[in-house]
Amino acid sequence: MFPELNNLLNTTPDRAEQGKLTLLCDAKTDGSFLVHHFLSFYLKANCKVCFVALIQSFSHYNIVGQKLGVNLTMARERGQLVFLEGLKSAVDIFFQAQEKPHPLQFLREANAGNLKPLFEFVREALKPVDSGEAGWTYPVLLVDDLSVLLSLGLGAVAVLDFIHYCRATVCWELKGNVVVLVHDSGDVEDEENDILLNGLSHQSHLILRAEGLATGFCRDVHGQLRILWRRPSQSTSQRDQSLTYQYKIQDRSVSFFAKGMSPAVL
Amino acid sequence: MLDSLLALGGLVLLRDSVEWEGRSLLKALVKKSALCGEQVHILGCEVSEEEFREGFDSDINNRLVYHDFFRDPLNWSKTGEALPGGPLGALRAMCNRTDLGPVTIALDSLSWLLLHLPCTTLCQTLHTVSHQDSCPPGDGSPVGKVHVLGLLHEELHGPGPMGALSSLAQTEVTLGGIMGQASARILCRRPRQRPTDQTQWFSILPDFSLDLQEGPSIESQPHSDPHIPPVDPTAHLTFNLHLSKKEREARDNLTLPFQFSSEKQEALLRPRPSQATSHIFYEPDAYDDLDQEDPDDDLDI
Repeated sequence: MFPELNNLLNTTPDRAEQGKLTLLCDAKTDGSFLVHHFLSFYLKANCKVCFVALIQSFSHYNIVGQKLGVNLTMARERGQLVFLEGLKSAVDIFFQAQEKPHPLQFLREANAGNLKPLFEFVREALKPVDSGEAGWTYPVLLVDDLSVLLSLGLGAVAVLDFIHYCRATVCWELKGNVVVLVHDSGDVEDEENDILLNGLSHQSHLILRAEGLATGFCRDVHGQLRILWRRPSQSTSQRDQSLTYQYKIQDRSVSFFAKGMSPAVL
Repeated sequence: MLDSLLALGGLVLLRDSVEWEGRSLLKALVKKSALCGEQVHILGCEVSEEEFREGFDSDINNRLVYHDFFRDPLNWSKTGEALPGGPLGALRAMCNRTDLGPVTIALDSLSWLLLHLPCTTLCQTLHTVSHQDSCPPGDGSPVGKVHVLGLLHEELHGPGPMGALSSLAQTEVTLGGIMGQASARILCRRPRQRPTDQTQWFSILPDFSLDLQEGPSIESQPHSDPHIPPVDPTAHLTFNLHLSKKEREARDNLTLPFQFSSEKQEALLRPRPSQATSHIFYEPDAYDDLDQEDPDDDLDI
């Protein structure tokens, strides 16, 4: 996790809020550093994490996780991390006979299906076991990312329904958190992606949006992060807060600074 | 205007966006209806019942009938706990209600229904529900007004469904705002009257009562900043742009060459023969060609 980002979000692994949906989106840049941040954040917070990783392999996340101070292999072995490696298991579905519905069963269906098998996988992974083992604090679902599900043939409403059920189970019933990444297509007219992004924005408590700079690529400033807090639970007199920072990604950390205050130009 | 939204019956659309959310206004209107003694039904699809009821007093909560479609709207759990017929069934059941007092139906949210149901079915059901009071039952007893409040997220739908719902609605409230101050643009269509369009600034208090406001003050707008005094551009120059008093008087007394003053007029009207005409003194150069012929002679004018 990146300590500077924790400061901006005013949170630490010990006292993070529960029952929240966090939406990560990126436009014209790569927002996966936010996924790595939240993965290591929740593992350090001693949460039970279910990671639906559809984009990269396990070893990729493991290598980045080691730079951030978490060992995914050990976390998986001791049961803290349930990892669905989408790239590997998508191949299994075609070449191995399946007894029960596979989480990515929709790949076999001709018509646009639904994500009920994937939801049942998540629910099974995060349901509390009372076998007296090391008690994890609360469950967390992490999805990287949802836009690829649209590319695989699902409709935006099917993906929204999946997240709805995850919210109902993980956030409301189990008092855990859900973090999802969606790409913003930006100039390209992609109606389904826009419906997905806007629909999730309305349901989210926190939106982190990584954007490329409007003027193009820069060596010292990799992009700009917009943070929007929505639906404050305590009092409705406080309007939604929004902050913008610029960032630079380094080997083991990300540094954040106010707009125009990059150390390279000061 | 915002607090008299519920005076008319029919469908009220609350159009919100990601920056300006509308659920708190919906809850404020629900609270108002409950305090007026109406029966309030809530079709909850987007948030949990606890979250919707949060912030209401117990006497208001007792008046709310919550139909929970948040936990299992599509019947995936198959435990039999889900209400039969789904949200559409519940909405249709409200068309055939037996008690005839005034009722408010809050749809949280209409966007969810529009994404999951065909637009035509939804519009037909909404029309039936919101026009119950115009078809009284056979025994002639009066039917109370029906208010349907629908929360609609603007960015999720195309112009077709939005236009269809707009035409069904008696009142449309579009949420927006400037610099942290929320506003509601209220478009109201009454039968046989001209539609009215008003903007009302408001805020919602923590107990979900409406606080109507005047609007953001002019001084707080970003483009005029009274704290910076206007800078005098002639202050620190290397040349002098100012005039002394004598210089200013001399300048004011000067007559301009093409100004037709009274002295000039008299001088022109009475030419004095003694006044010498002006002379031109010309010293020809070595290269000048003093040809007395008129160069324009060959022009046939």
